[in-house]
Amino acid sequence: MARVLDGTGPGIELEIPARPEYIGLARLVVSSLASSRRRLADDRIHDLKLAVSEACTNAIEVHAGLDIDERVRLRWFEGDDRLEVAIEDCGPGFDPSALPAHPPVTDPERLNFERGLGIPLIRTLVDRVDFAPSSAGTSVRMVMYCGPANDPEADLADEAQD
Amino acid sequence: MELGLDVSEHGTATVLAVKGEVDVYTAPRLRERLVELVNQGKRSIVIDLEGVEFLDSTGLGVLVGGLKRLRTNDGELSLVCTQHRILRVFEITGLTKVFAIHDSVDAATAVPK
Repeated sequence: MARVLDGTGPGIELEIPARPEYIGLARLVVSSLASSRRRLADDRIHDLKLAVSEACTNAIEVHAGLDIDERVRLRWFEGDDRLEVAIEDCGPGFDPSALPAHPPVTDPERLNFERGLGIPLIRTLVDRVDFAPSSAGTSVRMVMYCGPANDPEADLADEAQD
Repeated sequence: MELGLDVSEHGTATVLAVKGEVDVYTAPRLRERLVELVNQGKRSIVIDLEGVEFLDSTGLGVLVGGLKRLRTNDGELSLVCTQHRILRVFEITGLTKVFAIHDSVDAATAVPK
């Protein structure tokens, strides 16, 4: 199910069935990868995990609403200054600017809106998000900026000095 | 991933203690339980989120729906939450201004109705 990407730099790709019971797996994979890299503080890992959950929820709901059998794809990339996760669906292309605005929270009408909170959450939780809709689907690319990857040899050198 | 939903009575209030992860998979069960409680005539409901390990906007939506359902039935819904990662989701979405959020079940159930 997971494989190392070829030709696009180091990365990991995971395809999950577009069903709600698999969303926990997507979160687990992202938080485990982020933890193992030791490049983000725990609270930032949680923010990324939450953003991934929001993007996967939207992808799963798009597929379910249109009876699309295809899987939802999660791509993980690492750069010198960043961790990146992209969630890709096969829906008709989602335009985040078309989302209706919510009334202010102090307006009683606000309680009529149970949905539409995911995109604002993603925008706040990650350092950068790009929505790339096309007729073949939407890719939601989320970036967390962070320090460089830990150099295992440097870690060993530190331990040798202790 | 199972969602724990334990109901207990504290004076005139009904406490629904939620345990586990609330997301698009588990949120429908939380919604069903809340609707059941309102249909049973419960009008003062406290949702205890201290056992929740993860909550996303699907869970928030269910809580907003529960609050609306109770208010239209002359009831009230309040929350118990002290975990900063869960509170953060309410803060980002502005919902800290919509929900009464307490530090403990005792504090939530002691509030004058």
